Amino acid sequence: MSWFIQTCTSSLGKKYIMAITGLMLGGFLLVHAAGNSSIFWGRSAFLSYAEHLHSLGPLIPVAEIILLSIFLLHVITGITLFLQNLQARADRYAVSKPAGGRTWGSRTMPYTGAAILLFILMHLFNVHFIEHNLPIADTVNAVLSRPFYTHLYAAGMTVLALHISHGFWSLFQTMGINHPRYNTLIRIGGYLFTGLIIAIFLFIIFLLLFSPGYLM
Amino acid sequence: MAAKKIAITVKVWRQTDQKVKGSLETYSLSDISTDMSFLEMLDVLNDQLTMEGKEPVAFDHDCREGICGTCGAVVDGVAHGPERETTLCQLHMRHFDNGQTICIEPFRAKAFPIIRDLIVDRSAFDRIIAAGGFVSVNAGSAQDGNNTLVAQHRAEQAMDAAACIGCGACVAACPNAAAMLFVSAKISQLALLPQGHAERKMRAQAMVTIMDNEGFGNCGNERECENVCPKGISIRNIARLNREYLRATLAANE
Ligand code: HEM
Ligand code: SF4
Ligand code: FES
Repeated sequence: MSWFIQTCTSSLGKKYIMAITGLMLGGFLLVHAAGNSSIFWGRSAFLSYAEHLHSLGPLIPVAEIILLSIFLLHVITGITLFLQNLQARADRYAVSKPAGGRTWGSRTMPYTGAAILLFILMHLFNVHFIEHNLPIADTVNAVLSRPFYTHLYAAGMTVLALHISHGFWSLFQTMGINHPRYNTLIRIGGYLFTGLIIAIFLFIIFLLLFSPGYLM
Repeated sequence: MAAKKIAITVKVWRQTDQKVKGSLETYSLSDISTDMSFLEMLDVLNDQLTMEGKEPVAFDHDCREGICGTCGAVVDGVAHGPERETTLCQLHMRHFDNGQTICIEPFRAKAFPIIRDLIVDRSAFDRIIAAGGFVSVNAGSAQDGNNTLVAQHRAEQAMDAAACIGCGACVAACPNAAAMLFVSAKISQLALLPQGHAERKMRAQAMVTIMDNEGFGNCGNERECENVCPKGISIRNIARLNREYLRATLAANE
């Protein structure tokens, strides 16, 4: 067992944790986006999707706990890495210039991560930690028909896009997959994955803003 | 191209030892030949300082031909300066303009404490190598060379990794002061060849453990390292290190 703890606390081990939990969170995003796209088929399709989900009964809290653990592991490991990295360069450069490797996505990982955390908390307070006396379609509609929330949700999607624009490629590199033969595939896959998920969510956000009666 | 003379202003990091806080000092230099190397420019600066009765700038150098890995500083925010795949000693003043102000700082990392001015202590690299960056050869009579076959593309990649001169620019350029490019080059040059396989598992674990203990940061896959590396070491080697370590920790001893 000690080998396991030693691996998980090493610098590379922490990166494996980030990569694997990041991949799982990405998987969750994909399922979440696919499920929510039932909105495109109207109120009854969305409600029946929600009902099917809830009919899973005791599986739901189990899934929630697993998801929460993955999420916390990602966040806590991410914060640890961030603090250690600050320490490793205690004295800053007077002049520093990127040499051509960093991207907007890569240089903002800890900050986009923190913003996603805030976004998810807001999202949960909007739709999860509430009195469930209204059908979910009405709850969602009440939130997303307000421009105030449109802005916040659209901003949330932007930071998420930034986070996975680096994260998707990075997780392959971390798990040791970097070969000229696959690199283009990974890059295109990353664009497709990010584009698809963000497009679905953004579409829902703007659909409910511009067509307020859509989910009624 | 005929040499020109340029006048420049340099801002150099001056620090008397590890404990005292340093600062940037500004000096003016005229008549710098564009054929000079960057280190020759520093030699001229030091002559000037000595004549003025001031303490010369301490900087590391040895071969001055780009092969030993001793030189290095951060020039205008880039480790080894603006030319790609070029050590500081091989950088020429023709890449700078007349009247330009050039900022020169030491490599900065907690694991590379500043000894004086531009000289940093990179012995952390030596301790990583001592932990496992070698093959143990129990010498006997040599076998026929053709008994151990190595595919050409593997030999090429091993040679590419072996080009690392241990200068530490990758650490200096990494936003997290990680040593992954260096360690991955040293792991790869052996992991790619049959001679390295016997001690593969021990090597990956020992070198990573020492790397972590020395206080280097964690790799964030920012790719700054490969962009400043004077030997063009690729982050494909870092992916290989990630594989080597994963396999070393997952696979049990037989
Ligand atoms: C659904 C949400 C999220 C997804 C899909 C996601 C995905 C990823 C992925 C794939 C990586 C790359 C791992 C690697 O470099 O190998 C990553 C890195 C990272 N994530 Fe997230 N993440 C999410 C939320 C968060 C949150 C809430 C935080 C909050 C602190 C966070 C902080 C980080 C940090 C700091 C890194 C960089 C680690 C490093 O390379 O040093 N992430 N994320
Ligand atoms: S990998 Fe490149 S930058 Fe890093 S020590 Fe080796 S030669 Fe220098
Ligand atoms: S002095 Fe030897 S590489 Fe620059």
